[in-house]
Amino acid sequence: MTTEPLPTARPTPFDPPVELAEYREHDPIRRMVYPDGHVGWLVTSHSLARKMLSDQRFSARSEFKRAPVARPSADPFFGAPALPGWLVDMDAPEHTRLRLQLAGKFTARRMKDMRPLLERIVDDQLTAMAEHGKPADLVSLFALPVPSLAICELLGVPYRDRAAFQRNSATLFSLEASAEEASRAMDELYGLMRELAKERDGNSAGLLSMLAADGTLDAEEIAGIGVLLLTAGHESTAGSLGLSTFTLLSHPDHLERLRSDPGLIDNAVEELLRYLTIFHFGVPRTPLQDVEFEGHLLRAGESITISLPAANRDPSWFADPDRLDFERKTAGHMAFGYGIHQCLGQNLVRMEMRVALPAIFRRFPGLALAVPPEEVPLKTNVSVYGVHELMVTW
Amino acid sequence: MRIEIDSERCIGSGQCAMTVPEVFDQDDLAGKVVLLDDRPDAAFDDPVHEAASRCPVGAIRAY
Ligand code: HEM
Ligand code: SF4
Repeated sequence: MTTEPLPTARPTPFDPPVELAEYREHDPIRRMVYPDGHVGWLVTSHSLARKMLSDQRFSARSEFKRAPVARPSADPFFGAPALPGWLVDMDAPEHTRLRLQLAGKFTARRMKDMRPLLERIVDDQLTAMAEHGKPADLVSLFALPVPSLAICELLGVPYRDRAAFQRNSATLFSLEASAEEASRAMDELYGLMRELAKERDGNSAGLLSMLAADGTLDAEEIAGIGVLLLTAGHESTAGSLGLSTFTLLSHPDHLERLRSDPGLIDNAVEELLRYLTIFHFGVPRTPLQDVEFEGHLLRAGESITISLPAANRDPSWFADPDRLDFERKTAGHMAFGYGIHQCLGQNLVRMEMRVALPAIFRRFPGLALAVPPEEVPLKTNVSVYGVHELMVTW
Repeated sequence: MRIEIDSERCIGSGQCAMTVPEVFDQDDLAGKVVLLDDRPDAAFDDPVHEAASRCPVGAIRAY
């Protein structure tokens, strides 16, 4: 068996690389070569992905993480210990302490209560798009600002700092950015967060101020959490909104179905999350000691890539997995990962998508692509998949 | 149907409370699952099983 890198070439904008299906069928855990020459592992089946992500022997610590796809510059998050507050890069019990502190602020109830606020944000951005006139780029005018404003509201970021947040967050996630540019963006975000944490008096309803008022986290952890939530939540939700709109425009029957039955939106959102799986390079884990797993010996320190798009198209969990089906059972999809690190912001994402997608097509019933579909630029080589730009008319 | 929860394992993902708010809630301190009804009406069988299969840490048992 030759050792291949992670496949990244997509047959269509909406489908993952075909090799993933082949690997899943023949060897759902197989060797994979990383850009730095390291030979690690690639997991592609739903059952093994779940099993591995439930197994605490596989660490999420950033010291041991390795980029599965080449970047022009070193990833600022990998290879070094977790920054204070960055729970995504920690194991229990450090992870647990932060996770539970935050989960109380992200309850399903609180996220549902954000609906009126989200409706207002969505409405304002759709108005801005209408005022801009057609054709318009739905990504820069809608998909990027909506989640950014939502997270700013959640964190309690004042208007005057919002442009700087959006700019720096975009730099961090850009594959084109150099190491210096990425680290400067990170420094600026931290600077802004520390300022905010200082201004907090515990009276505002913002998350950072609530955390400060709780008194169990120190200032550096709170600033770190602020930066983590912004970087984890902005680009990803934007990618999801842009790509979901592109998907609906390319599947008119599905769009029609959704229009005639608005009650379908909740499950349609789950299905779009499953079908598109924008964390398309998967999630990284590393065994800290040698582990016997499914007949293989996984050695301490070997990098593992758990392919979420492969798991989400596994026919042993989802019947006819390559079909977009708003009425299918979506429980068990892994778009948000699995296990103790499963996305903290998932219910915010759900609310944003449930509000935003129907609103777009209500405001612009004749919405259509302004360019041929093959000219929509795709974020194929960025860790969060999406569209760079979506030119639309109405 | 009966439901048992393991709040030690719960990491406060909120999937259960999002799926069946009539049966599951979360506390505001740690986001941990709060069972509102451990023997819900048969009408909730399907959604409760769905919530159990959505839980990322297997903290919900419905039988
Ligand atoms: C469509 C949008 C999103 C997708 C697809 C997504 C996906 C994911 C995935 C796959 C993970 C697991 C990472 C791992 O296991 O290593 C994760 C973790 C995380 N996400 Fe998201 N995410 C999205 C939006 C958000 C938003 C809006 C926020 C915050 C407001 C957020 C905050 C986080 C945090 C804090 C973690 C780490 C949780 C932990 O380690 O316990 N995400 N996300
Ligand atoms: S779905 Fe599981 S982890 Fe999430 S809140 Fe409910 S019991 Fe806790």
